[in-house]
Amino acid sequence: MTAELVRGQNHPLSQARLEIRVSAGTPIVAGATLGDEQGRIDGVEWVAHPGAPTLPGLEVSRQAAADHRLAVDLDAMPEAVHRVSVLLALPTGVAGPTRFGAVRAPVVAVTGLDGTEVVSYTIAGLEAESAVVALELYRRQGAWKVRAIGQGYAGGLADLLTDQGLAQAHQLAGGINEAVAQGMARSLPAPPPRADGDRTRQAAAPALGPDQGGPAPQSGPGPVPPQPTSPYGTQAPGGPGQPTPQPNSPYDLQTPGVSGQPAPQTSYQGGTGAADSAQPSAPTSGGSINYSHPRRQNAAPPPPPTAPPAQPGQPAQPVAGDATGWSMDERLYNQVWGMFEDLARTTAAYRSAVDFADSRMDKELDQVLSDPRSRIGGQGDAAREEAQAKHAQLVNQARAALDRDIAQLTAEAEVVEPALPPAYARWDNPVWHGYRVPMEIPMALRLGDLHLPESDRLRIPMLVRLPLERGLWIDSGRSGSLDGSFTDSHDLRRLAMETAVAHAARLLAVYPAGEFTVHVIDPAGSGAQPLAPLVQTGVLAAPPALGAAGVAEALARLTERVDLVQMAVRGGAPDSLPPGFDTAEQLLIVNDFPHGFDDRAVNQLRYLADEGPAVGVHLMMVADREEAAGYGPLLDPLWRSLLRLTPVPDDHLADPWVGHAWTYEPSLVPSGSQVLQQVLTQVAAARAKRW
Amino acid sequence: MTKGQAISLQKNDGGSLTAVRMGLGWQAAPRRGLFGSRTREVDLDASAVLFADKQPIDVVFFRHLVSDDGSVRHTGDNLVGGVGQGGDDEAILVDLARVPVHIDQIVFTVNSFTGQTFQEVQDAFCRLVDETNGQELARYTLAGGGSYTAQIMAKVHRSGPGWTMTALGTPANGRTFQDLMPAILPHL
Repeated sequence: MTAELVRGQNHPLSQARLEIRVSAGTPIVAGATLGDEQGRIDGVEWVAHPGAPTLPGLEVSRQAAADHRLAVDLDAMPEAVHRVSVLLALPTGVAGPTRFGAVRAPVVAVTGLDGTEVVSYTIAGLEAESAVVALELYRRQGAWKVRAIGQGYAGGLADLLTDQGLAQAHQLAGGINEAVAQGMARSLPAPPPRADGDRTRQAAAPALGPDQGGPAPQSGPGPVPPQPTSPYGTQAPGGPGQPTPQPNSPYDLQTPGVSGQPAPQTSYQGGTGAADSAQPSAPTSGGSINYSHPRRQNAAPPPPPTAPPAQPGQPAQPVAGDATGWSMDERLYNQVWGMFEDLARTTAAYRSAVDFADSRMDKELDQVLSDPRSRIGGQGDAAREEAQAKHAQLVNQARAALDRDIAQLTAEAEVVEPALPPAYARWDNPVWHGYRVPMEIPMALRLGDLHLPESDRLRIPMLVRLPLERGLWIDSGRSGSLDGSFTDSHDLRRLAMETAVAHAARLLAVYPAGEFTVHVIDPAGSGAQPLAPLVQTGVLAAPPALGAAGVAEALARLTERVDLVQMAVRGGAPDSLPPGFDTAEQLLIVNDFPHGFDDRAVNQLRYLADEGPAVGVHLMMVADREEAAGYGPLLDPLWRSLLRLTPVPDDHLADPWVGHAWTYEPSLVPSGSQVLQQVLTQVAAARAKRW
Repeated sequence: MTKGQAISLQKNDGGSLTAVRMGLGWQAAPRRGLFGSRTREVDLDASAVLFADKQPIDVVFFRHLVSDDGSVRHTGDNLVGGVGQGGDDEAILVDLARVPVHIDQIVFTVNSFTGQTFQEVQDAFCRLVDETNGQELARYTLAGGGSYTAQIMAKVHRSGPGWTMTALGTPANGRTFQDLMPAILPHL
């Protein structure tokens, strides 16, 4: 029988192997500390957290998640451990709630191995706290008991750990937050669920068997064949084959912020809670309720281009738009993400095979050395040659498999690149020369190219969803240079500013007229030359802000805007904004930070970084982190909340599936090309017409 | 087929088969009277362990649904069973043509995560299906298989240019595939 505990209540535990399930409405960090008889933590090695998830008898998960299962084996606890405290904390330094008062009350339950609940406890009444001790398992007269604690700490993990007597509490809390934020910030946002499972061009795609009806709905929306009539058109509640609305729907573009922040999920999380919650089940009730989304396209999408039948034994000819989607825009987006995943995975297979071949050869060579017989005659040499031959054979096989896949992806890239719309295309794509100001916001924007060392010539477009979910940081620091060739920091800064202008121009161009506004802070005027295309064409909201006064004025304006929109949204009256209020998305480019910033301005900037993205105000920092080092750790959350991009190729971005380090290259305007001026001139003209 | 029997996944005409699916199904635990919330759910889990030369390289299970190379995919964790009504509740799809070249064996296992033995679970079965034609290659009825919480079901391994499947059907005990590793090693 489950005991519902209240704060302070305890309950005996009859089993030693337990599971502690945590359920919160938002991604949180779960950890545990081991305490001695006085309840004190002896050292950092007594804390299980995402950076060090396993201790004897205890395992926690490596990342922030809305649901956790902590495995506990009390028999395996060291003798000296008398108390196990289960702690929860909100991740810091990433977008999301910062106080438990703002989220659903977390529920923790202790269950046996068979899933039967022993106790459960809802941690209610939390307010400003950002870390909380949820439960405590403790020894009492040779037996273990559990007690509901619910002690919160407004100062977060550092205060919590200090309270338990850990001397290095602050360093460890920083380390934990760093580990969690790194996990979130380093990875690209998770891709859309891959609705088509296996893409048709994979010749060996496992076809669903005739008796496969069962698991298919569970694994996500099945492949949706283009139908003459839309499943939405009939107003009938959907069956299992109906495409379920995805959390990150491309058609929700007009409501930035409301859709919330999709947590970057790794595939490891997909198991229990995350996958299920991401797929709302299809409505099952009858009646005449109209389930169709007011803004969602109701017409059936045009059928996707079909690949001509492949020659036997040959891979199918690649076709642009060969993926599912309701529009060509969405199909190409899904196709590009599919290519990204395929390249990540085939490279993982190659690297794994080569690693294995290396370690096997090392082992065999060691054996040859330690075998006394190998010293006689040519036996040792023969064995050595054999080991090397085996190594070469396996590596060659792996390389052949990789080359086959790369050739196929390259052929696909060759048909996809020319078919991309401006938002997804490189600046040298002819599509930019036929540019027209769009009527709708595209699904995503290309920020550059990604590639891996094994396939140097195959470039994957790096597409990020629009509206932006977080700000951008163009790193002008020397660390941003891959090979150190840019030793001239002046050159690097200019290049960083040019990169920023290219990104900003792209954003201005792909939004409909007047729906994207760019502000610039350039305190020393050092970015004047790269900024010229934006200034001369007149697409900026105001001339770049100069000097400390300019900085203060520009920040005050945007801060006020964020306040206003927040108040309206919180008050449930988004219509009450003053007439004439500019509803466009806002981007603030900050050059030369922290030049021209006083403490007040730095605080305003942090506020914009934290609160802005939810109300459509984004930062683009063009900065060298070292130059702001004087502010100490105060600014760490700012840098972490931004997506770091570099003006020169740099391998710092991880894919969400395997975590390879991908080399990022920004999308820059070819030198001598007038395309940027031409495009911005059209943008300016369309804006002028609108006002 | 019987325990230990090997089936070559080569077609008669010489072409080799390219995809297999491991399916696992069981009936949901019956609702318990008035207090339905106290029904002791049954959670069986299917896993596939990829070996290169007897070393585990990768594993596909409910916390890692796709092998890093993408060739082995789990359709997702089912915590209560009974969804398929006689069909598969969990499935693992293996695209044999895309399995990395150094992987030479893939072992399929079933575990009772919630701890009930197979005796206590109704209508539990696991099977291996040739995905290209839907033909069942091996099927085990787990229910009535004794008081075990796990089974090492079958392995597919490279032989010549293609793959061969060997039915193992060895009972074991353990909550996840990790508990089974010592029991798996003798079968490699």
